[in-house]
Amino acid sequence: MQRYSIFSLIKNAFGGHKDWEVAWKDSEPKKEYDVVIIGAGGHGLATAYYLAKEHKITNIAVLEKGWLGGGNVGRNTTILRSNYMFDPNGLFYEHGMKMWENLSQELNYNVMYSPRGIINLAHSDAQLNVFYRRGNSMRLNGIDAVMLGRDELKKMIPFADFSESARFPIFGGLMQPRGGTARHDAVAWGYARQINSMGVDIIQHCEVTGFDVQNGKIQGVQTSKGNIKTKKVGLCVAGNTSLLAEKLNMKLPIESHVLQACVSEPVKPFLDHVVTFGAGHFYCSQSDKGEMVMGGDLDGYNSYAQRGNLPTLQHVLTEGVAMFPNLSRLKILRTWGGIMDMSMDGSPIIDKTHIDGVYLNCGWCYGGFKATPVSGWTFAHTIAKDEVHELSSKYRLNRFNTGHLIDEKGLGTKTWIG
Amino acid sequence: MLEIKCPHCGSRSQNEFSYGGDSSVKRPELGKEVPDKDWDDFIYFRNNPRGKHSELWHHVAGCRQWFKVLRDTSTHEIFKTAKLTEEL
Repeated sequence: MQRYSIFSLIKNAFGGHKDWEVAWKDSEPKKEYDVVIIGAGGHGLATAYYLAKEHKITNIAVLEKGWLGGGNVGRNTTILRSNYMFDPNGLFYEHGMKMWENLSQELNYNVMYSPRGIINLAHSDAQLNVFYRRGNSMRLNGIDAVMLGRDELKKMIPFADFSESARFPIFGGLMQPRGGTARHDAVAWGYARQINSMGVDIIQHCEVTGFDVQNGKIQGVQTSKGNIKTKKVGLCVAGNTSLLAEKLNMKLPIESHVLQACVSEPVKPFLDHVVTFGAGHFYCSQSDKGEMVMGGDLDGYNSYAQRGNLPTLQHVLTEGVAMFPNLSRLKILRTWGGIMDMSMDGSPIIDKTHIDGVYLNCGWCYGGFKATPVSGWTFAHTIAKDEVHELSSKYRLNRFNTGHLIDEKGLGTKTWIG
Repeated sequence: MLEIKCPHCGSRSQNEFSYGGDSSVKRPELGKEVPDKDWDDFIYFRNNPRGKHSELWHHVAGCRQWFKVLRDTSTHEIFKTAKLTEEL
């Protein structure tokens, strides 16, 4: 594989950029693989990467029914953070943050990790107290957390509504300085390029239509491009997990919901951080192109349509305007929707299943993108060793039977009720 | 914008309604010994089909009645609505 560097850039500049290698190649399926990963999104590609790198398993196929990176890895709002209160979440996502810090070097692909800081605004004393508590919990887990007062915030986000007449006055905020953003498509392409160079097959437009299970063991998968034999299958199909699980006679504690996001027309630098509104569900950041990237609530009903509805978008943007009044002058350039696996406690599931050789990675709710490296890393361990990794050991499926839920926000699937 | 026909009030815009999820869920009977698994199923496990989905909606900004809706989860088309006591 051709390494990307300043020297290769200069060399190719002289050649008119005609000699760049293809970053990754599309493959046709072979008859048999050691591991089949379903879903060439962030988590699927990352899983294949850590299987190849950490566990030296390279006879892998990554199957994708659409195109690489066309699902939620291409539809999110690119936010990275580990500002969680509960230990299982804090430790898991913080490991992920450490992986993000070196990911560009590791993949030799600029994922544009930008630790610009994520600020959660508080709009009451009570909310500020809750943030202090969360900030303290984060610090106990070694995660960076800083409380900000109104005056500091005025300097950092001067365009927020600090007026006396604001419906939700800003009392302060909790900031994770290392939180930030990364270029989502680069993450998918960076992983794809690496795994492809290690011999992993990426097979697009190949939909899994069924599973071949005999005596409780997986033997292979049936796909739109023929049958593929394998002893291990990993599911990384956020949004569609219930549909594939049904083919395996599994019912999951998951509902599929559509979550919308949008970007405004590009404007000059205006917002240096990721900011979340505390009196509703709205968050925004500014992309390097200058677009305001905004998101918020689910549409609020089960959906497999990768598009949403206007009332929710209107509701979310109303909150945005309450926070940054001058957003009202911007035009919306683009809106889109992605399908979330909303788990019943709001936390993901990484686990083995009742079928030998079938592994489950799902239930990421709103927060799958930031978990991409650590999810792939722990899931690869689960698949290679047939045992759950310690870091993800609290994300097991049986917690819905034992009652050990990780209900960080106490919301679950019906987040608009909370 | 979805237009939902409340069986009590007629067609209204989506803004007046709130969603209640899978309508096939049944609460275990009171006063009986209920296995843990039945409680788990009642609380956490839902039908999540792509296509026709039988679900509950609440006319929260209207008559405040709950009712059933048969809706397609991939096209958002609403086929039928019915009172709670009626079959869809």
